[in-house]
Amino acid sequence: MRFSHMLASVALGLATLASTGAKAVEIEYWQYVFDTRVKAMNQLIAKFQDANPDIKVKQTTFPYADYQTKVAAAILAGQGPDVVQLFYGWTDNFIAGKMIRPLRAEAFPAAEIERDFFPIVSAMKRGNDYYGLPTAVRSLALFYNKKAFKDAGLDPNNPPKTLEELVAAAEKTVKRDGSGNIVSAGMTLDMGGQDHQWWREVLIRQFGGVPYTENDTKVAYNDEAGVKALTFYTDLQKKHKVGQAGFMDEGQAAFRGGLAAMTIDGTFRLGSFGTIKAFEWGVTELPANAQGVRSNYASYFANALTTKAEGEKLAAAEKFLKYVSSPEAMKVWMEVVGELPARREVALTPENVAHPVYGPFLKGLEYAHTTLFKDEAAQRQAAIDMANRVLIGGEDPKTSLAKAAEAEQAIIDRAKR
Amino acid sequence: MSAVSHREAASGGLWSRMSLGQKQVIWAWSFLAVPLVFYVVIRFWPTFQAFYLSTTDWTITKPAAFVGLENYWRLFEDPLFWQVFRNTFLYLILGTPISLLISFVVAYYLDRVRFMHSFIRALYFLPFLTTAAAMAWVWRWFYQPVPIGVINDLLSSLGVPQQPFLRSTTQALPAVLAPAVWAGLGFQIIIFLAGLRAIPVTYYEAARIDGLSEGAILRKITLPLLKPTLVFLVVFSSIGFLRIFDQVYNINTNDPGGPLNSTKPLVLMIYQTAFSSYEMGYAAAQTVVLFVILLVISLVQLRLMRDR
Repeated sequence: MRFSHMLASVALGLATLASTGAKAVEIEYWQYVFDTRVKAMNQLIAKFQDANPDIKVKQTTFPYADYQTKVAAAILAGQGPDVVQLFYGWTDNFIAGKMIRPLRAEAFPAAEIERDFFPIVSAMKRGNDYYGLPTAVRSLALFYNKKAFKDAGLDPNNPPKTLEELVAAAEKTVKRDGSGNIVSAGMTLDMGGQDHQWWREVLIRQFGGVPYTENDTKVAYNDEAGVKALTFYTDLQKKHKVGQAGFMDEGQAAFRGGLAAMTIDGTFRLGSFGTIKAFEWGVTELPANAQGVRSNYASYFANALTTKAEGEKLAAAEKFLKYVSSPEAMKVWMEVVGELPARREVALTPENVAHPVYGPFLKGLEYAHTTLFKDEAAQRQAAIDMANRVLIGGEDPKTSLAKAAEAEQAIIDRAKR
Repeated sequence: MSAVSHREAASGGLWSRMSLGQKQVIWAWSFLAVPLVFYVVIRFWPTFQAFYLSTTDWTITKPAAFVGLENYWRLFEDPLFWQVFRNTFLYLILGTPISLLISFVVAYYLDRVRFMHSFIRALYFLPFLTTAAAMAWVWRWFYQPVPIGVINDLLSSLGVPQQPFLRSTTQALPAVLAPAVWAGLGFQIIIFLAGLRAIPVTYYEAARIDGLSEGAILRKITLPLLKPTLVFLVVFSSIGFLRIFDQVYNINTNDPGGPLNSTKPLVLMIYQTAFSSYEMGYAAAQTVVLFVILLVISLVQLRLMRDR
């Protein structure tokens, strides 16, 4: 192995000499296909190459389905990217598979990262090492239909600020037919969407609990706070009857179709909601509890260096990672993709904070939490089933919560092995 | 050096000393070797690989370690597996008889229809040509609550309370099964029609001359002579329902196999274990179990065929 590497580097050296020494290093960047993300990355690559004529970056994109499988297969086969995009929740998996390497502290000092980035970046830290940096981050907010508010006699410029006001507004805006069936929801219920994040990181905390302890490896919501949070959520359907899980199939579809007055969703939905023509909508911070406690859930895709990058490719990859995590790159990303910058100074400019759409999301970032998922899909499923047991099965929230806690703990324990 | 050339001469001699028959056999086998190698590499090798994987804890990213039968124990202790097992057989024992009954009745009467016969037949066959994914999406919207669900709109206009369908643990499985049955009808009708046409008309003529009733003709002539067709369709649709996946996955993409796993078949559980949780070893164990189930059912089928 050693010898073949030496041989390869000698050959490379000779080749470099032969081509008058001006040969560029080519590195590969991988991300999933999403039109605006690819466009933004193309712009960043062009700018980066202008500044670094000796480096060429090749972008490879592929569908989101089976992303992890494909990246893992490629890297383990010695192919694939030098810089790769990954969801923060996959970090443990990628480290365990020796697919990504820690960032060199000299090139990416931890103190600087912690000073400049939003605190949620700590989800990329293991021990003293950072394993990647995001360009952009996402958070949640409450979307509301201004037309529905106006029709119900509510002030469209004064959306609910507390959970109590949320329920009141939902009760005013919900519409039912003669037999009591909801024909337009006041508030969407969709655990498969973003509601499980809202319940986990926001509602539980607002009712006085914490979702997990010990770096999110111990489920801690099976208590009074958890029961209250779940009861609040399921009461939206069972007691207040302001929404219905499965109404219009998905919460976002109901809102888009103008058949829901309020829904909780993330920055990534802005593109889709931006094309709504039938009504005007607004965004506001997730409602606080009676004591004014707020919380939010933030997530991001980070860029990381793979174990495949070695020698001059590694140096080039480091340079590229630095560039895509720079303030300049974040501005481009926000303009093209619409995602929030991961650095405080770029994000929290006065004009951004005052922005009617970005503002509420940005405020949420300051107090947001990031769940360190072990198996996001399975953990979400535990939350979906928990709500369904109450909403469909008529189980009482306490029993259902206990089952969910047990199921989720088992998922976490298994993934830890 | 000399030894090598000696052996070459000997082997050359061997070929020329062979009879034409022996040479033909060698040629035949060398041609047969191509599909054989293909099958071994593409089919059998991965199958054995799966057997091996089912005894490891491979997760794609972590190297595989041998764990013996642990995956199988875990499977038998997993309540989800038994629920999924039950669902899979529910699809089978509901789906196969219902679809065969409907398609036989349709084929039996369609066989007598002369007016626009081919057109009606084509209409029945149409759903079979449609992609399961597209169909599942359309049906998913049929099942929605008011105001957008067609079925519930109809029910509530008739004064019947609206039904939860896909949002109910008891109604969801039949609701998912309905489009699957509907989609398979066309194929089964065509096969039944072919089977009915293959029965000689003279039998019927003789029976009618003897004054047999229509019901007796159906019981004594049509059904017994349709047995080969019936066996084929039973086996074919049984395997189809045991492997049901796309209808289930697409009709409820946000909670595949839900609500509360009430519609999850074994294949979907395998898919989620392997490509969502990346527990390849565990998924391989589930695949082996599915393989055994299909094997047993195929053996029973062979038995039935032999009885004929």
